[in-house]
Amino acid sequence: MTKQNKLAILGFGVLALGGCNTDMWRQPKQEPLDESQFYADGAANRPLVPGTIARGHLREDDAYFVGAANGKWLDGFPAGIKVNRDLVLRGQERFNIYCSPCHGRLGDGNGMIAQRGFTLKRPVGNYHTDRLRKMPVGHFYDVITNGYGAMFSYAARVEPQDRWAIVAYIRALQLSQYANPADVTPEDVQKALDAKPAGGSATMTGMTNDSKTRLAQK
Amino acid sequence: MAQIFRPSANSVAKLSLLSFVIGVPTVWLAIAGLSRSPANTKVDVPLNQPVPFSHQHHTWELGIDCRYCHTTVEKSAFAGLPSTETCMSCHSQIWTNSPMLEPVRQSYETNTPIKWNLVNKVPQFVFFNHSIHIARGLNCNICHGPVNEMQITWKGNSFQMAWCLQCHRAPERYLHENKTANTQTPRQQVFNLYWELQEHGIKGLPEDEKVLATGKFEGSDEAADLEAGKELIKKYGIHVQQLADCSVCHH
Repeated sequence: MTKQNKLAILGFGVLALGGCNTDMWRQPKQEPLDESQFYADGAANRPLVPGTIARGHLREDDAYFVGAANGKWLDGFPAGIKVNRDLVLRGQERFNIYCSPCHGRLGDGNGMIAQRGFTLKRPVGNYHTDRLRKMPVGHFYDVITNGYGAMFSYAARVEPQDRWAIVAYIRALQLSQYANPADVTPEDVQKALDAKPAGGSATMTGMTNDSKTRLAQK
Repeated sequence: MAQIFRPSANSVAKLSLLSFVIGVPTVWLAIAGLSRSPANTKVDVPLNQPVPFSHQHHTWELGIDCRYCHTTVEKSAFAGLPSTETCMSCHSQIWTNSPMLEPVRQSYETNTPIKWNLVNKVPQFVFFNHSIHIARGLNCNICHGPVNEMQITWKGNSFQMAWCLQCHRAPERYLHENKTANTQTPRQQVFNLYWELQEHGIKGLPEDEKVLATGKFEGSDEAADLEAGKELIKKYGIHVQQLADCSVCHH
C-alpha cells in the first residue's frame, strides 16, 4: 500500500467521523421554558412588557372580560356567551379540573385540598349559601380572574370563555343542591334511580350515591 | 532470511478469524443493546429534581387532574410546566414550613424560575405536538408510563425514533376508544381513563384499558382491535399514508 493510499483512507475515515456530531440535537434556538445564559433571570422565556396587547386582542368588552358593567357586577351572562348544554358541560369539565381540588365536585368547599388544610385562615368557599346564591354571576367571573382571599388568580390557567362556562356550571351546581321536590316529576326520579353509572362517565356526569339516596327518600 | 511467521502464527491467524466472526457481531450487538438500554435512554430511571415532586401524591392520592398543572396540553405543542404560581396556589397555605418546598418559596419570592430537570426530551430537529395526540385520544400513560405511580418522575418510554414509528406506521394497533364513554370526544376520553382508574382501581377496569393504565401498552394485533382501530382512523380522519413521512415530525 502506498503512502498516498494510506493517507487517503485515513482522510476518509476522519471525514466519516464528522458525521458523529450532535449539533442538530441541541440547536442554537430556544424552546419553551429553556434556560438562557443571555438574560439576567436565566430564562429564555421573556415576560411581556406590562400593558402589551396582541394585535386584535384589545379587551374592550368589559362585560365579557371583567364581568362588570357600569361599575357593577353583571347579573346575567354577557352578550358573547350562549348558555346552553355544551357550555355547562364544558364548565363542568373545567370546574372539575381547576376548581374541584378545593371547592369539591359539589361546590360545597370540601375538596381534597380543603380537607388537607386549606382552611387555616378561613374555610374554602361553599357555593350553597344564601350569600353566594344571590351573588351576581359577574362576581364568580371576577373571583376566577383575580382570586379572592387565599385563592390565587386563575387568569393564566383558565381562558375567559372557559371562566364563563365555569360560572354557568356553578349556577347549575347551586340549582342542583338547592332543588325543590316540586321541580322534578316522579318519572324523573325513577329514571335517575334506574340509570346505571356507566364507567368513567359516572364520575363526570352521574349522580353520587348520596344524592340518589336523598332522592329515594323523598 | 529468517522466517517471518513463527509456528504460533497459525494459532493467531485462526484465533483472529474466530474473534472477527464473534467479535464484530458482539460489539455491534453491544452498541445496539446499550443504546436501547436505560443506561442511554433513561427509561424507568427516576430523575432527581430540585423539589422532590411526587406525581403519585398529587394525581393519585389527591386526585388532581393532569391539566391543573399541564394547562396547555390540549391546545398547544408544549404540554406546559406549571409556573411557581401554580404550585403556590395550594402551597401558600399548605406545607408552608416544609423544607422540601423551600426552592418553591424562594422562586416565588425572588421571581426566578425553578430549574427543573427535563425528563422527556426529543432532539431539536423533532417537532412533537402534544395537542394532536390528545385530540386523537392517546392516553397520557401510553407514552409517559404509569405517571400516577411515580414518586419521582421517570421517563416512560425511550422516545427514540423507532419507538415513535411503531405507531406512526400502524396507528390502528394503538388507537383506542373508551366504549363506556364513547359519547365523549377522544380528547375527553384521554383524561377519563384516569378517573375510571380512580373510581374502580386497576382491577375494575375492562381488560383493554388495564394495559393502557399501566403504561405498558405495546399495541394490539388482535383482529377485533385492528378493525376498531381502522374504524377510528376513518372517524378521526387520520391520513395514515402521510403519518410516517419525514416531514410530519422533521419539518
